Amino acid sequence: MSVGLGHFLTVAAVLFTLGIFGIFLNRKNVIVILMSIELMLLAVNINLVAFSAFIGDLVGQLFALFVLTVAAGEAAIGLAIVVVYFRNRGSIAVEDINLMKG
Amino acid sequence: MLAAAFFYLFAAMTVGSGAMVIVARNPVHAVLFLILAFFNAAGLFVLLGAEFLAMILVVVYVGAVAVLFLFVVMMLDVDFAALRAGFIKNAPLGAVVGLVLLAELILVLGIKIVKPGALAPAMAPIPTAGSGISNTEAIGRVLYTKYVYYFEGAGLILLVAMIGAIVLTLRHKVGVKRQSIGHQVARHKATAMQVVKVRSGEAAIPAPAAGDGATERIGR
Repeated sequence: MSVGLGHFLTVAAVLFTLGIFGIFLNRKNVIVILMSIELMLLAVNINLVAFSAFIGDLVGQLFALFVLTVAAGEAAIGLAIVVVYFRNRGSIAVEDINLMKG
Repeated sequence: MLAAAFFYLFAAMTVGSGAMVIVARNPVHAVLFLILAFFNAAGLFVLLGAEFLAMILVVVYVGAVAVLFLFVVMMLDVDFAALRAGFIKNAPLGAVVGLVLLAELILVLGIKIVKPGALAPAMAPIPTAGSGISNTEAIGRVLYTKYVYYFEGAGLILLVAMIGAIVLTLRHKVGVKRQSIGHQVARHKATAMQVVKVRSGEAAIPAPAAGDGATERIGR
């Protein structure tokens, strides 16, 4: 039984669902939510690379490269905000992060 | 056959460690499982013939992003057990949303949307195995010519992210004396010197001149 496009897409779909499930499951912990977002971006990358390989077009891999770039920047900024917030308030629980509620 | 075996190995490990990321009790373990998931996803990329992206995934994610997560988790003195309160309470809603989404995604996968001949010709065809061009070289040939502006844009995004992270987390310690070369060079006679007439029998305490300070206190 050879491995086709659908196999890779199924893995990516399961991984993406796990990311969303993780956000619901760890609703209070910002760090685990950021990790879940990383999982979802990884699933998107698997999708892009799988389509790129099976269609025979390199552009999908380039786009995955750019997604990777943005994900790295997002993680850096997000973690910096978490660190600054923890310094100022001593907590990272999501329900405490309501300073800008207006 | 061997490729299929490796596919199932990598896929099972990726999904399994992805599940462990979200249910792990200790966030350090969650980060380590995230690293394992990235390694196995890199294995999947190698199976797909995207060696360059696989190596980038290992270097960037495992070497930089995951270690960043590890530093932050270890640096913050947070009671992670308290943050897990409501873990079970939230699970049913998350399971329902997740299962609905998974069902949708699998339904989409079951439909053949793309007709074989309907695809546009490839923008950048993957070189065949016999052409002697590696995956890395092929990506470089496309990335630095046709997509060079996007490449520069990605560099700009990373620059902004770097400066933003530094500005957010940089802290000057209050009470540390630092040399300010600008102030030293900008001193001149009018601000630095003060002629005081002292009458005999009296003490003269001159007021500090404005801008006086070869060293100055910097702090917020």
